[in-house]
Amino acid sequence: MSINSTDYLAQLENEAIYILRETAAQFEKPALLFSGGKDSIVLVHLALKAFRPGKFPFPLVHVDTGHNFPEAIAFRDYLTQKIGEKLIVADVEKSIKKYNLEETKGRFPSRNALQTYALLDVIEENEFDACIGGARRDEEKARAKERIFSVRDDFGQWDPKLQRPELWDILNGKVQKGNNVRVFPISNWTELDIWNYIQKNNIELPSLYFAHDRECIVHQDKLVATSKFIQPLPGDVVVNQKVRYRTVGDMTCTAAVPSQAATIQDIIDDIIITRVSERGQTRLDDLLSEAAMEDRKKQGYF
Amino acid sequence: MKTLRFITAGNVDDGKSTLIGRLLYDSDSIHTDQLGILQKQIRQEGQEIDLALITDGLRAEREQGITIDVAYKYFSTQKRKFIIADAPGHEQYTRNMITGTSNSDLIIILVDARKGITVQTKRHASIGSLMGIKKAIIAINKIDLVNYSEEVFEQIKVDFEAIKSNLKFDEIIYLPVSALVGDNIVEKSHRTPWYEGEALLKLLEKIEIPSTENLSSRFQVQWVIRPKNDDFHDYRGYAGLVLSGNYKVGDSVKIYPSEIETKIIKIEKNLETITEAKAGENVVLHFDGNFDISRGDAVVKSEEILTSGSAINSWISWLDHTELQIGKTYILQHRFRNVRAKVVAINRKWDVNEWKFSTTDTIKLNDIAQIAIKTNQNLFYDSFIDNPKSGNAILIDETTFATVGALMFLEQNN
Repeated sequence: MSINSTDYLAQLENEAIYILRETAAQFEKPALLFSGGKDSIVLVHLALKAFRPGKFPFPLVHVDTGHNFPEAIAFRDYLTQKIGEKLIVADVEKSIKKYNLEETKGRFPSRNALQTYALLDVIEENEFDACIGGARRDEEKARAKERIFSVRDDFGQWDPKLQRPELWDILNGKVQKGNNVRVFPISNWTELDIWNYIQKNNIELPSLYFAHDRECIVHQDKLVATSKFIQPLPGDVVVNQKVRYRTVGDMTCTAAVPSQAATIQDIIDDIIITRVSERGQTRLDDLLSEAAMEDRKKQGYF
Repeated sequence: MKTLRFITAGNVDDGKSTLIGRLLYDSDSIHTDQLGILQKQIRQEGQEIDLALITDGLRAEREQGITIDVAYKYFSTQKRKFIIADAPGHEQYTRNMITGTSNSDLIIILVDARKGITVQTKRHASIGSLMGIKKAIIAINKIDLVNYSEEVFEQIKVDFEAIKSNLKFDEIIYLPVSALVGDNIVEKSHRTPWYEGEALLKLLEKIEIPSTENLSSRFQVQWVIRPKNDDFHDYRGYAGLVLSGNYKVGDSVKIYPSEIETKIIKIEKNLETITEAKAGENVVLHFDGNFDISRGDAVVKSEEILTSGSAINSWISWLDHTELQIGKTYILQHRFRNVRAKVVAINRKWDVNEWKFSTTDTIKLNDIAQIAIKTNQNLFYDSFIDNPKSGNAILIDETTFATVGALMFLEQNN
């Protein structure tokens, strides 16, 4: 549904800016986790509003799985240069070698679980005590219970039973040495809110989000782009059609959706009539089990 | 329209989860893949779709059939966005309800039409009122199970009216519903022709939230912006949230605790200059002159009064598994300002079931009481009744850093 009012967008923006400033004030070494996806691009935009004309009181950190879309990486570099902020890249390939990790098997491997190693390493090396992320509560039911300030232990683990009560909008970011906090300023935003906000603020996005021609393999009614990681096998149905991405994850496990949407308004119209959730439509890794996200979060995923 | 945040209060048997499920389902807010997962669960048990399952989040909860925590659910109509705080109703989860209530503007209290006003109804109403909620909907549920009886509805209404003087709600709406069947949820039901009001969703779309714009003006410095670069050499902006009231360029203000008197010479919002900052907005204030102003300092209009002191009476809702310790030092976080605090006395405990005070020596998890606090520095605050935005605080344990208590300040001589 679209709401015929922009009051609520201003409310969401105020809340997010408030949380960003609170993070800057309460932590010694925060970082903003930047994926190049729309949610983290919105976060950067909100940080500009929260801290300019000053510098960001934190670097941007990208956990690079090595399987990213080149368009997303190019956009990441373009944006960080444009705003003149510091970018730290955590390399998942490096952690795979360092810990001799086994790659996920299967046709469409996800490095989601492996990502956690690089993330925890970059947190430890830089002594980050807070990591700001773009997760939203409407994405997935394990996230519906997530706090704004979510306390994690040394291993980055999230225990739903040990989360602190969050009263009013008073945020308690104090943690014992070794623990850190994941911060979610856009917890209360929905996918549609993000798009409405992008439209209202003319926020630039990677081209992946708009309809373009792409060669895809049809896999269980999902469209997976062919790439250097995913090559068609004999018997595969390969199509060339207009698609766009609803989420930007790894090339290996993010599906495209058929779309003619050329503008943000088209995308908003698309979403209003689409009845499948974002993750359900585009993430091959969440389909594995009903509690897939709950399990990953317990292991330190964000 | 501003987003409406509401909490649904009721026990498992009152149909709370079914009500939320019904609202989400009938407003088309459930995605097809999520429905698919629900249907999969149902096929195994050979039942129809269980609306209550929509709100059950974690596997741990489904296994135990309980709600561990507050889950937030989102839906919207063309008129408004809604955030539901879904918190468990059992007495042992009072702290979760306190948390959910603190983030809500409205409370829906579910009453089972067959049972009428119960101890639970009173507990939920009492917590909602104590936490400063001004609007309540008494949803008399399972009206289908009493043959849509107007008499039953009227009797429950009379019973609640009899106790409402103890509560601080500004508006109470009575509504007959059947969450299971869908009566008066999205559409008005023809089976309750005697009900003159509107269906739940219509009510939710229309309800006005009391604004803090008309309260005294309150602002605490959250973050100081000092770029210290060539372009902004002398820039010194004080960022923060206007908690209530408004601030205009030219306003004379006093800053606490330093008691510096100055004027607002410039206000910025989202990098643009504005002339007036209103409640709920994040702004950057600039003052006439260079002072040492830091995070947590309160900016008050010269003609307005803010209470100050280090001996404070307060409501407390205890949220931790360890008991409150009298005389132990805690951290008191009053928005952006931290001071050290000791609880020096427990004045009286509030029994949320029986609605009466009693004396006690201990405060345990889920207890609600009035206490006396001593702080190491003066606090600059309001009573929670006068200004819920500057009359609240949290208590934090000094070693675990857990949030152990929610504070709602009382008037000074209370």
